[in-house]
Amino acid sequence: MKALHNLVEKKVKPHFEKGGRLEKFYRSFEAFETFLFVSGNVTKRGSHIRDAIDMKRTMFHVIIALIPVLLFGMWNVGSQHYQAIGLEVDFFDKFVFGLIKVVPLIIVSYASGLAVEFIFASIRDHEVNEGFLVTGMLIPLIIPVTTPLWMVAVATVFAVIIGKEVFGGTGMNILNPALLARAFLFFAYPAHLSGDDVWIYTNLQEGQQLIDGFSGATPLAVLATGNMQSLPSAMEMFIGTIPGSVGETSTVAILLGALILVATGVGSLRIMLSVLAGGVFMGLLFNLFAVNEFMTIPPYHHLIMGGFAFGAVYMATDPVSASQTGTGKYIYGFLIGVITLLIRVVNPAYPEGMMLAILFMNVFAPLIDHYVVGANIKRRLGRLKNLQVKMDSE
Amino acid sequence: MATVIKIKRGLDIPLFGDAEKILQTPPRVDEYAMKPPDFHGLFPKMMVEEGARVKAGTPLFFDKHNEDVVFTSPVSGTFTQLVRGAKRRILEVRIEPDGKNEHVDFGAGSPASFTRAQIVEKLLKSGLWPAIRQRPYSVIANQNDIPRALFISGFKTAPLAPDMDFVVNGQENEFQKGLDVLGRLTDGDVHLGIHATDTTSKAFIQAKGARVHRFKGPHPAGNIGIQIHHVSPLNKGETVWVVDVQDVIAIGRLFDKGIYSAQKIVALTGPEVLNPRYYKTLRGARITSFTQNNIKEEKDVTPRFISGDVLSGEKIGPGGFVGFYDDQVTVIPEGDKPELLGWLIPKTDKFSVSRTFFSFLMPWKKYRLNTNIRSGERPFVITGVYERVLPMDILPMQLIKSIMINDIDMMEKLGIYEVAPEDFALCEFVCPSKIEMQTIVREGLDAMQKEFA
Repeated sequence: MKALHNLVEKKVKPHFEKGGRLEKFYRSFEAFETFLFVSGNVTKRGSHIRDAIDMKRTMFHVIIALIPVLLFGMWNVGSQHYQAIGLEVDFFDKFVFGLIKVVPLIIVSYASGLAVEFIFASIRDHEVNEGFLVTGMLIPLIIPVTTPLWMVAVATVFAVIIGKEVFGGTGMNILNPALLARAFLFFAYPAHLSGDDVWIYTNLQEGQQLIDGFSGATPLAVLATGNMQSLPSAMEMFIGTIPGSVGETSTVAILLGALILVATGVGSLRIMLSVLAGGVFMGLLFNLFAVNEFMTIPPYHHLIMGGFAFGAVYMATDPVSASQTGTGKYIYGFLIGVITLLIRVVNPAYPEGMMLAILFMNVFAPLIDHYVVGANIKRRLGRLKNLQVKMDSE
Repeated sequence: MATVIKIKRGLDIPLFGDAEKILQTPPRVDEYAMKPPDFHGLFPKMMVEEGARVKAGTPLFFDKHNEDVVFTSPVSGTFTQLVRGAKRRILEVRIEPDGKNEHVDFGAGSPASFTRAQIVEKLLKSGLWPAIRQRPYSVIANQNDIPRALFISGFKTAPLAPDMDFVVNGQENEFQKGLDVLGRLTDGDVHLGIHATDTTSKAFIQAKGARVHRFKGPHPAGNIGIQIHHVSPLNKGETVWVVDVQDVIAIGRLFDKGIYSAQKIVALTGPEVLNPRYYKTLRGARITSFTQNNIKEEKDVTPRFISGDVLSGEKIGPGGFVGFYDDQVTVIPEGDKPELLGWLIPKTDKFSVSRTFFSFLMPWKKYRLNTNIRSGERPFVITGVYERVLPMDILPMQLIKSIMINDIDMMEKLGIYEVAPEDFALCEFVCPSKIEMQTIVREGLDAMQKEFA
């Protein structure tokens, strides 16, 4: 370890330091250096010891929590594809097919996003923030596998610059960058992000053809058309063997991720549960009125369809764009659940509502916090007032 | 009396090196120092010249902004050296003891026989006034104020903090006398916080002239700021004073014997100490008198000496001096070695409140934590972690942000008067973004003080 450290310090670092040939890339070098070595920097004052956690480790745990959905997503991409063309292949083939389709999405997302991050870190002369490590993994998981790579790149760059850097970088953004990337694609290239044809990879090679009666519609799209008979079973939706964005289909895998997030304390259980509560509440309310068939489905169906579970566990819990106060988190999460179902069931234009609901509540999170903070201030002022009343009466 | 104030939020950091309950008197201390930087906001003006002979209680310097507040020598001897730092700032006033133990006589007498003004004057003259600090701002109290109340914490919860029961042992009378004096300074109550189960000393439990409050819970339950918040929170425009237990004893002794007694029991603690125990010494003693041959020697490990606890103490050199307010010296290893993939590889020697390390599976384990900061500073990202270690009805992140943007109005609304830097020490410890919160809180307090000066 010492030899490696000496090599980096003595042979590589000088090029990046002031006066070196690659001075401009110092921040990029530093990002890799601190990735490889936790530096020997020590506290100067204040708390002389520090908790062992840092941003890298926090983000790393989110990545770990994403692995179940990523692996399942890869398998499902292959599985859906072979199902569509009516081929029986083994587990391994399905997985490899998905791997080949999904990995490029991940590479493009990371490469384009990190490039922007590194450039901004150099311009602003601050350390490269770790936030994008998670964003870069989330983007490929919330888009259809058929999304063209250049679109992924454009959307990622847009999300990082407009969603994050213009506000001051990681920690300052209002919207969840990954969702913003998806929203950008959704509105800029609707044909590639919605409809029944994008969720399953169906570019056929010679000699292949789609099976009769094939439909690539997601359960939500099926429901929006009122075609109840072709809805997959609840078990299928729970396991995730349905069409959808790469990572969103399997509630089981998402629950596994949620377990990791909650167990390590990285993800907010408070938000996850309140999103769930909001969804169930709205589902029951729909059941009560039930003016159309969509409203009659049991509430738990909503939780296992579309991006509900994925959004609740990985998206709504983004600490920067979510509500930052404890009480605020309950309100924020609950409203996400409610609005998602409203958009799904009541709005005819969009079959899925999770993305818009979270982005909408991202915008409102500061307002929620404003009122929670206001209540804290009021308590403090109330204390003073009580005291004055008491003093006057004495 | 029977009610126990339960502090639920907080954190006890399990470190090696708790002081054994053995009281030793160190052999000769070669030098003492009064350190003006111990007193925040002090602008010292020297009153003696290098080479001057001083007694215990001889004034050394005064505060230019408040000339009645003088700082006196803890020991009789010779003022040998004035140590200055950048911009000629006075860092240390060093006294070499002569072993004669001469004291300035301030006149003994029962507190009841003096008027409040006389008591204040006696405290000012003796150099014990700086031991009384005020909230808001956590600075030396203003002698012209009459505080709403006075607070004393009878137990400490900071990592490896000395046991106050052990410290007060044998000095119960002086403590009670000190309480009697302090009772004269306020029109309100003298509040004494004790631990609901751990405090056993009669000096605390049966203290007369003080309202005793029983607390229970993890650090920072022993912090005076937390106790004030739970007993009667500080409002805008109010002032309360706080005094440490050992300073109460010193005040008691001043009225008992008429002398400024700088005697202090200091706990030497920390994982790098061979025999962590208590030492009976004087305020401002050079730490070598008890650290010599008492520090573990290991290749590649440099020890860090801290006057105070690991969370809020001051870094001093191996030949440094115990701070005015400190009753603890902690020695921990420096963490100045880079670590390959240190953020990734989970090791059992790391401690974290988050459950991303194994430490949460081993709650019984104690640690030898070092000073490595682990990461560069980042903006706030993670939310909800700070509230869990700050048992006050205060929104830590929002308050810190309002200080960062210097929004005086918002700081006031969010309760800056109630806090001191030390109350944010745990927030700083747990911060995944490594933001220096104690420094920021101090900046905020300075800004408020300037605004209303």
